[in-house]
Amino acid sequence: MKFTLSWLKDHLDTNEPLEKLADKLTMIGLEVENIEDKAKALKPFTIAKVISAEQHPNADRLRVCMVDTGDGGAPVQVVCGAPNARAGLVSVFSPPGTYIPGKDITLGVGTIRGVESRGMLCSAAELQISNDHDGIMELPADAPIGAGYAEWAALGDPVIEINLTPNRQDCTGVHGIARDLAAADMGKFKDPAIKPIKGEFPCPVKVTVEDAALCPGFALRLVRGVKNGPSPEWLQKRLTAIGLRPINALVDITNFMTYDHARPLHVFDAKKVVGNLVVRRARDGEALLALDGRAYNLDPSICVIADQHGVESLAGIMGGEASGCDENTTDVLIESALWNEINVAQTGRKLGINSDARYRFERGVDPAFMVPGLELATKLVLELCGGMPSENFVVGKTFGDDRVIDFPLTEVKRLSGIEVPQVEMKHILARLGFLMAGPGPVVKVAVPSWRTDVHGKADIVEEVVRIYGVNKVPMTPFERGEDARKSVLTPLQLRTRRARRSLASRGMTEAVTWSFITKPAAKLFGGGQHELEVANPIAADLSDMRPSLLPGLVAAAQANADRGFGDVVLFEVGQVFRGDRPQDQFMAASGVRRGLASSEGLGRHWSGSAQADLFDAKADALAMLAAAGAPMQALQIVAGGPAWLHPGRSGTIQIGPQNVLGTFGEMHPRALEALGADGPLMVFEVILDRIPEAKKKPTRAKPLIELSAFQPVSRDFAFIVDRAVKAGDIVRAAQNVDKKLITGVNVFDVYEGKGIDDGKKSIGIAVTIQPREKTLTDQEIEAVAAKIVAEVTKKTGGSLRA
Amino acid sequence: MSDLATLETSILDQIAAAGDEAALEAVRVAALGKKGSISALLATLGKMSPDERKTQGAAINQAKDKVTEALGARRDLLKSAALDARLASETVDVTLPLRDTPAEAGRIHPLSQVWDEVTTIFADMGFSVAEGPDIETDDYNFTKLNFPEGHPAREMHDTFFFHPKEDGSRMLLRTHTSPVQVRTMLTQKPPIRVICPGRTYRIDSDATHTPQFHQVEGLVIDKHSHLGHLKWILHEFCKAFFEVDHINMRFRPSFFPFTEPSLEVDLQCRRDKNEIRFGEGDDWMEILGCGMVHPNVLRACGIDPDEYQGFAWGMGIDRIAMLKYGIADLRQLFDNDVRWLNHYGFKPLEVPTLAGGLSS
Repeated sequence: MKFTLSWLKDHLDTNEPLEKLADKLTMIGLEVENIEDKAKALKPFTIAKVISAEQHPNADRLRVCMVDTGDGGAPVQVVCGAPNARAGLVSVFSPPGTYIPGKDITLGVGTIRGVESRGMLCSAAELQISNDHDGIMELPADAPIGAGYAEWAALGDPVIEINLTPNRQDCTGVHGIARDLAAADMGKFKDPAIKPIKGEFPCPVKVTVEDAALCPGFALRLVRGVKNGPSPEWLQKRLTAIGLRPINALVDITNFMTYDHARPLHVFDAKKVVGNLVVRRARDGEALLALDGRAYNLDPSICVIADQHGVESLAGIMGGEASGCDENTTDVLIESALWNEINVAQTGRKLGINSDARYRFERGVDPAFMVPGLELATKLVLELCGGMPSENFVVGKTFGDDRVIDFPLTEVKRLSGIEVPQVEMKHILARLGFLMAGPGPVVKVAVPSWRTDVHGKADIVEEVVRIYGVNKVPMTPFERGEDARKSVLTPLQLRTRRARRSLASRGMTEAVTWSFITKPAAKLFGGGQHELEVANPIAADLSDMRPSLLPGLVAAAQANADRGFGDVVLFEVGQVFRGDRPQDQFMAASGVRRGLASSEGLGRHWSGSAQADLFDAKADALAMLAAAGAPMQALQIVAGGPAWLHPGRSGTIQIGPQNVLGTFGEMHPRALEALGADGPLMVFEVILDRIPEAKKKPTRAKPLIELSAFQPVSRDFAFIVDRAVKAGDIVRAAQNVDKKLITGVNVFDVYEGKGIDDGKKSIGIAVTIQPREKTLTDQEIEAVAAKIVAEVTKKTGGSLRA
Repeated sequence: MSDLATLETSILDQIAAAGDEAALEAVRVAALGKKGSISALLATLGKMSPDERKTQGAAINQAKDKVTEALGARRDLLKSAALDARLASETVDVTLPLRDTPAEAGRIHPLSQVWDEVTTIFADMGFSVAEGPDIETDDYNFTKLNFPEGHPAREMHDTFFFHPKEDGSRMLLRTHTSPVQVRTMLTQKPPIRVICPGRTYRIDSDATHTPQFHQVEGLVIDKHSHLGHLKWILHEFCKAFFEVDHINMRFRPSFFPFTEPSLEVDLQCRRDKNEIRFGEGDDWMEILGCGMVHPNVLRACGIDPDEYQGFAWGMGIDRIAMLKYGIADLRQLFDNDVRWLNHYGFKPLEVPTLAGGLSS
């Protein structure tokens, strides 16, 4: 919403300086976004006359001008490149030291191709008053030399732009803004009564409203015998100052009423309207050439005003070209109506029209001002164009709903914490147009018709507080209460945190990728369901909710490789979607290693460098699980994984087949190809929600530790087994021989090749035996060893290596 | 000179000449071994008369002691020299550069770090953390939050929707984390003190908007909390988060469907090239929106607005991260360029705490 200071002063009697008014506007909720004070910005620019303009000795396109700046001194030498610089021209001059807004430079004394230049003759673009930069400005010959340009050109009226919140339709007009400022002690509100204008004859055009829900009220009046031409200078200036183009007096009056009183109107050329008007839904196939010169195809969702010809106007949005007013208009129909906010908004969006009328109607205009607005517009038409008015033709309602709120005076203190005296409350509300009646403690507050946003007690509190001053709300310490200081995070939140820090401490870098991915990528990872497809994606490649973090991570790794950083380790901890219900959303932790990116570090190094392999990914997953509090002893690693992993180089982490926590391995080459990525890539993904919650313990004490007095014994075994036998099974078999005595089983060697038959492999394990009560005798140790050999042989079909 | 003296001199000379432990051992064996020269002399003692044995015995043993001592001294010398020589040969180039240790090389994304910082501050004020799903119903995202029918945010060009279901309803991607407030109010009895962080979505894409972004909202519901408490909490938060001793905040009236009265909050600041200093300068930077929870919202969530009251606020995690850490372009947060992450990210052991300072 834009207006000028002098326009505001039409409605507010004030001597307050602009800065104070602007600050107050912001502090009462009408945030000032910008103040364009041309008079201030353009102060150094003065009117000057070119006395002579000679060809520059060293440059074809430049002229050396002597300029009379009107300060009584000697003419000033200026080098000028404008083609229209000529002797006798009156233009605009800026001395050295001037900031030139259109160029964002501060002028200095310059020497241009060997000739000194002590200032500049300016174009309109350089002053940022228009886009015209064809040459320096040409002012009338009688413009006063030496005078300030901005003042002379009447640019001195600062333009204020406020960022209006959508609830304040009453402030889409200067009148309403002035009322708020007056309430905030910034001056006296000028609110003269609007006198009805007596009609000389009945309005010959009648209006039928087919659906009162779309059009709660409609007022129409004919003015006969008008003379429509350019509007007077004061009106043109008001409109141009805020960026509107003056058209003709009748149209300018409607635009003025829109900004002055938040009352959009429409004027029809009565001679172009055939028969009576009807407010109805458009019919399929109907179209309208609107005043913006564009043709719109209509449908029954759109409310229109039609005559016998057909559609003449888009209700509350824009009139039609055919019945518009021009210089030849002699009879004008003035429409002041009320429209359904939602319908106006939807129609405006559908047709892509952002008009000043729509802006106001979709926020809801003051219903009680429909008829007074028509009276005021008629008065202006009579003043500017003459003519003879008809009586008003009015259908529907002409007033708002009576809203009276029972308001406990304590409500202000209860919600805001400030004590506002009752008399002050009453005073504030009265100046805003509210009526407060009754002695209290619960008073009645009547809401003015233009405050369509005020419905309840809290709204009244806001009115009082914003005018009284939000800065007067006392900062009040908020006691944290007596709740114990313990973790405020849920188990899943804690896991999420720990997963992040543990993966980062493995040298990985945290990525944050998009929640939406391409349809093919979603399908590849088990997603792509209809219910997870965004109906209105922002881009075709952001169409489906991700079932996995890996497509995003793979793409991120590839993007880094494409930038020349091929050795990368990325992880992400974030949400994945398996359905559209809350319980279908999970928290995943995933990682990807690419290139020379083993657990040891990235890239080539003298100490050794290695391609990441799936054991790095497995280590990532398990380290993260341990940090996240998973029961590590209960985890099983099972060969194989989902289809997007290498069938022979992938594993599944589970606690029994019913609870699969995650997978790890090398990406399947076909999956990589589908994702457009180069491999090999080592990845893992774990669903953190699936980690079983640890049992809550009553205390934080750790169990007692048993430190054995006896030295542990280590025995090595090597078994020859089939290639398909899992090392994990051998380890488990050995461990199960005696869970008390055997405290560790470690695989120290895996060998295939010379000396071992084809299809077989040798696996070496070191078993730690921890005596508990006494040192074991050789026989006892041998007995355990024999059991280990027997058990492993039995479970794996292997044999002890000779 | 007697034979013994000659022998002794000869052996001592040989000891002195022995260049390494092996040569010295050979000298020892030749002198003191079973068939050594001194051992041979000692063997002759048995055949001597007692008197002769007495004098000769003492002389030979004296010579033997001297030799033994010389052997020991020489051995120590040789051993020490050999050790020095070995160590000299074992010299390595200690200037060879190391890999960064993983804990130095790894990075936490600035959003995660800031999220931890925010949680730390609010946990200290007694807030717990509530979360909810990204895919929401229209009811929780809009209706219960007092968005009127026809509000522009409910349209397809602002909000991401999913396909309509058979009953005509359609799920959407939450446009704020306020539905978590709704879920909290529907399931918990006041007093309520939560923050609701999470990912949010709007159809928007330019230098300052991305289709996904992150918010943290706060909610307090009890029987006495008012705007004064809200101002205090936000003031305390901003000081703690931006790690400054004082900060000037400007609360100005505004409008949101779900709060009444509603306020927007600006921070006083001075803008430099890529740095914003809070608590000084004469610029204002909008940072968050807040207000007293609208009675319609309380009612929609089954709370009597005449008995209970409270406030809520919401701010962008992305935005406050950018302000604090001098991040210029929002889109870079989701570019996952390892150079950027390495620069703006945090080391895993840089865990924010209040005792140790959030970021130091």
